[in-house]
Amino acid sequence: MTETSFVQPRDRSAGSLALRIALRWGLYTILVLFAIYYLLPFFVMVTTSLKSLDEIRTGSLVALPREVTFDAWKTAWSGACSGIKCEGLQPYFWNSMLMAVPSVMLSTLIGALNGYVFAQWNFRGANLFFAFLLFGCFIPFQVVLLPMAKMLGLMHLSGTIPGLILVHTVYGLGFTTLFFRNYYVTIPHELVRAAKVDGAGFFRIFWSIFLPLSLPIITVTVIWQFTQIWNDFLFGVSFSQAGSQPVTVALNNIVNSTTGVKEYNVDMAAAIIAALPTLFVYVVAGKYFIRGLTAGSVKG
Amino acid sequence: MAPILDIQNLYKNYGSVEILKDINVSIEPGEFLVLVGPSGCGKSTLLNCIAGLEEISGGAIHIAGKDMTDVSPKDRNIAMVFQSYALYPTMTVAKNITFGMKVRGVDQATQDAKLAEVAAQLQIEQLLNRKPGQLSGGQRQRVAMGRALVRDPALFLFDEPLSNLDAKLRVEMRSEIKKLHQRLNASMVYVTHDQIEAMTLATKIVVMKGGVIQQIGTPAEIYNRPANTFVADFMGSPPMNLIPAEARANGTGSVLRIDRDGMEPIELHVPQNGLTGEVIMGVRPEDIAEVGFRAGEAVQTGACLVDMVEPAGADTYVLTRLGGRQVTARLHAETSAQHGEVLDLAFDLEKASFFSPQTGARIS
Repeated sequence: MTETSFVQPRDRSAGSLALRIALRWGLYTILVLFAIYYLLPFFVMVTTSLKSLDEIRTGSLVALPREVTFDAWKTAWSGACSGIKCEGLQPYFWNSMLMAVPSVMLSTLIGALNGYVFAQWNFRGANLFFAFLLFGCFIPFQVVLLPMAKMLGLMHLSGTIPGLILVHTVYGLGFTTLFFRNYYVTIPHELVRAAKVDGAGFFRIFWSIFLPLSLPIITVTVIWQFTQIWNDFLFGVSFSQAGSQPVTVALNNIVNSTTGVKEYNVDMAAAIIAALPTLFVYVVAGKYFIRGLTAGSVKG
Repeated sequence: MAPILDIQNLYKNYGSVEILKDINVSIEPGEFLVLVGPSGCGKSTLLNCIAGLEEISGGAIHIAGKDMTDVSPKDRNIAMVFQSYALYPTMTVAKNITFGMKVRGVDQATQDAKLAEVAAQLQIEQLLNRKPGQLSGGQRQRVAMGRALVRDPALFLFDEPLSNLDAKLRVEMRSEIKKLHQRLNASMVYVTHDQIEAMTLATKIVVMKGGVIQQIGTPAEIYNRPANTFVADFMGSPPMNLIPAEARANGTGSVLRIDRDGMEPIELHVPQNGLTGEVIMGVRPEDIAEVGFRAGEAVQTGACLVDMVEPAGADTYVLTRLGGRQVTARLHAETSAQHGEVLDLAFDLEKASFFSPQTGARIS
């Protein structure tokens, strides 16, 4: 290798510099346009939720509020009516929390164990078993509604939050197992062998060696599962009753219960409240999400 | 004394594929056994069988007098060093070394004492708080050794531990392992594909090919009296010259007639008797020298055309052709041999080996 190969050919770059800047600007313009396009509905939601009903009726849809008021948010949280009750989203929000947090934890933990077994402990029929689990990722959930309702009935869990936790844990396992299995496959088998020679057993190896390695994939799984479970409507509407409905079902009821005037500002505020937790999780852990998804491919 | 490791009639199959066939090896306490062979010969599988990480399909394994055939790895009283080192990535060096003791419930004071002892032995005291990711290859290697040493096992197992190191470090670590073996007088089983490692480290070598043991012996036995052409070709660098020849009896010895391209066949007298018909003669490169540098009863001289001269620093290798095969002679470094010239070479045939051309097995 000679030294000249490290020297930039100067005149060529000078000629294309203008072109490169132009292309870069074009790229940014397109990106900004797309960002606006995607953010516009959210902008309308936020501004509408901060307006009074009068202003909504008279003003333009995309205009900023003349007078900022949080009344709609208060109503959405604690006063909006769904059917005959007027207690806002608050109780259902906590229902969703009570449902989502345990289901996320359980499905993540069991998925990690499953993935650990599939990736590191080969057993007879493992591939077939894994194929069945993967199949679970692609089943349209409408198919399982009736059998699941029957099962919940047999277990005396119909219409309860523990019942919803069970449903979400079971149907989350396909994806969580897949995530963890693909992550653990990249970890060399010699690690398990070394630990076996060191005297560690199945759970000890999982707990002391694999779990501490798993932060990126745990983050991915938690975000994925939390988003899925929090946003779920189908299971929520099918397997809950008056006291145990999750926030998505309550939001639907609030928006659909009209008593005379349609309160767009309350509807908007309620929708944002219902979406806040997933937004929060993504903002807090989003960079790990991207990192975790690609972790397997860059691990040396 | 009872053997520390005794393997009897071991078989290992994956489905219908036989990986290991009728393996019988035993070593005495303090021996350094090296399993050597080309990749895919089953040497690593055999080591994993000894460790209990692979189930065996037939036969028995005794370690320190106890039947360990169906015992799990943790109860075999062994320690193992892996090719990739297999250090636990989230634990510090100290935790890596003490993990085994922690799992076994050894008390903290003993753990600390053992750790300090091993760290001093391997000179890794200053690394104890680092994570494996912050260590160089050689340092990781030391930590992996430390994890094995701290256990004080009946048997150490090494699975190609030096193959991930660069050439210089490999030679250094090789002599460290040898020193360690001499100091501890421990029993070790070591897998490698590198025949130089095998020669330098072993007290006993097992040469394997295709899941079958080809030869068991001391390094000198393996080197000087290879059991077949495979061992002759595999051990030694450059390998033993294998020259097809036509033999006939002559007095107390034999005469070998070797064809040459474009020249009269060469005839060499050897002291070994009873050779007749076609044979393959095995001669180490260092047993072929320039005339005048070798003397002895079995030295024969022949003029050979030099095809190529390869200076290698300490020696110069000269390549010629005999019996249709390339033959390497190891000459002293200052040789004046030029390619294209005809050189008188002295063949020291005292230690020559003879193999059957059909089976490759040793005849004499």
